[in-house]
Amino acid sequence: MRSKRLFSQIAVASAVALILAGCSSNNGASDSALPKVDMMKTLGTGEGEVNVVAWGGYVENGSNDPAVDWVSDFEKSTGCKVNVKVGATSDEMVTLMKTGDYDVVSASGDASLRLIYGGDVAPVNTDLIPNYADIFKGLKNQQWNSVEGVAYGVPHGRGANLLAYRTDIVKPAPTSWGAVFDAASPYAGKITAYDSPIYIADAALYLMKTQPDLGITYPYALDQKQFDAAIALLNIQKPLIGEYWGDYLKHVASLKSGGTVLGTTWQVNINLAKSEGVPVEGIKPVEGSTGWSDTWMISSKAKHPNCGYMWMDHIASPKANAGVAEWFGEAPSNAKACDLTSDKNFCETFHAADDAYWTDVYYWNTPTEACLDGRADATCVPYSEWVKAWSSLRNA
Amino acid sequence: MKSTIPTWMHKHPKFRLAALLFAPTSWLVVAYLGALGTLLITAFFTINSFTGDVVAKFNLDNFHDMFTDPAYRNVILRTIGIALSVTAICVLFAIPMAFFMAKIAKPKSQKILVALVLTPLWASYLVKIYAWRTMLEPGTGVVDWLLSPLGIHSPGFGGPAIIIGLSYLWLPYMILPIYAGLERLPNSLLDASGDLGAHNFYTFRRVILPLIFPSLVAGSMFTFSLSLGDYITAQIIGGKLQMLGNVVYQNFSINLPFAATIATVPVAIMAIYLWLVRRTGALASL
Repeated sequence: MRSKRLFSQIAVASAVALILAGCSSNNGASDSALPKVDMMKTLGTGEGEVNVVAWGGYVENGSNDPAVDWVSDFEKSTGCKVNVKVGATSDEMVTLMKTGDYDVVSASGDASLRLIYGGDVAPVNTDLIPNYADIFKGLKNQQWNSVEGVAYGVPHGRGANLLAYRTDIVKPAPTSWGAVFDAASPYAGKITAYDSPIYIADAALYLMKTQPDLGITYPYALDQKQFDAAIALLNIQKPLIGEYWGDYLKHVASLKSGGTVLGTTWQVNINLAKSEGVPVEGIKPVEGSTGWSDTWMISSKAKHPNCGYMWMDHIASPKANAGVAEWFGEAPSNAKACDLTSDKNFCETFHAADDAYWTDVYYWNTPTEACLDGRADATCVPYSEWVKAWSSLRNA
Repeated sequence: MKSTIPTWMHKHPKFRLAALLFAPTSWLVVAYLGALGTLLITAFFTINSFTGDVVAKFNLDNFHDMFTDPAYRNVILRTIGIALSVTAICVLFAIPMAFFMAKIAKPKSQKILVALVLTPLWASYLVKIYAWRTMLEPGTGVVDWLLSPLGIHSPGFGGPAIIIGLSYLWLPYMILPIYAGLERLPNSLLDASGDLGAHNFYTFRRVILPLIFPSLVAGSMFTFSLSLGDYITAQIIGGKLQMLGNVVYQNFSINLPFAATIATVPVAIMAIYLWLVRRTGALASL
């Protein structure tokens, strides 16, 4: 009995010691000042490999579909072996990049600023990336991929979140996001919404266009009053929702079965559903839309910076960019990519060069306490509060 | 003098035991208790609101948030309710099934029945839940088709669907312990009860139930704890409904300390549950 007690005491003591050892490493509390990270000056020779964090479908080496391969050529010509880790969400990507084990990342706008201010990514010397010159002007040096005019990455591709509806069931066809926020909707229980805190911006966008009194000018810059109004709208919407979607394949299946007849979606989902014969259409409603514009960024702790730069140049090249855009279903960022897509109407379908189309698309961005719309007299609700509010809304 | 070390080992039985147990205990302490301890400590930390970095500053904000926001009280109660319902349903289905297997079926078919009960465990969890998704699909699913002549519709995706799915998944874990308990129960007891004039139900209530109670407890620990921690079923057939596991999943990459706080809830509930079970004395007679 005595030795038993002694044994358990040792066990507890060693467990506590281990935990304390584990804790001491992450004491670095960073504030919101921009960390100083040096930019690469000259391109050296490749290190033999590059570790990539990317959205599924962004880095294809032919193993999913032999015809879909823009990695093998790169590996052959540069000698950099590409190791890819697929990130499922922006938040997961941020977590992965913080480990320092990865060299480059395809970050959406709701991840990029967090990475920049967390000191996890380095500014990019665009002179070392020849293909940067052909990127559409409307994508360069934007709020989500640059700070004070310094580029932090290479624009990759963009898409708008669309309003999907089953043409055989939803009549008349919707033209406004109001269709998914209407408490008296005849389609209650068959409406869907995107399952992420960033969806709060969709409600804010609708309020921005329908309730000008609130004074919302940018859906990612909401002060407490505007934020509460958006959450209130989402609470009105909740009884209408059948399912919130996160997994795009499940979402497509739901559109097919009729479990979902109306709600927010991506172009790639519409294409997939249509290819399965589902009578479905996706529109950008009159209020405009939220969307995403992804950026390839390089880690500040990159162990293979040269291969990382070569990868960023390669993925922005017309051929690779066209390949990704077509495989994933988004608008390419390289103007020359449009000549290389296998579907000649591709760039037209995805409005790649149609600047007017994108003027009312509000790309995902990371909300911060300093209002992103430039208001100096207001404090905005930061993303961590968005996360809490969304979690609370979903679990209520 | 050739075998110095074995001789020495023979003379020191305590050292022998320590050397033997070193690997398993260190695994238990480091991987199991260590992880649990880290989780508990992280629950008291906070994050940088912008970059999401964990800041190791001791505070109780997460617990304050969890207890003051009615959403989390709801999700805790909902999860306990689901776990209890699943356990109750499993008991209701498992007792007759196990009784038939142990007492009525011929010895030869007993083995086949045990194998049949185990077969669902050979298939992947995900496959089974996606199958339920197809079956429960409102309007087009097979459940709707079966029930429509009775004027009933499929419950669709939500709480009832989660309870159905989890009950289906964990039923074997309830049947097997009850079956084992019933097998040990001598038939003569049932005959004696009948000879003394007890009805079937009375025999069940006064003879069988008290004797298989430890088995019921063992089974309920499986069904209750597995349901308590599940989040994939809720994700696939739960519609917009969430369980505790979903809250953890939703928060772990963005706000790890808060996810850790939520994760302490099932740990606490299970501790209370085991404590209650211990008080009944069922664990001693397993």
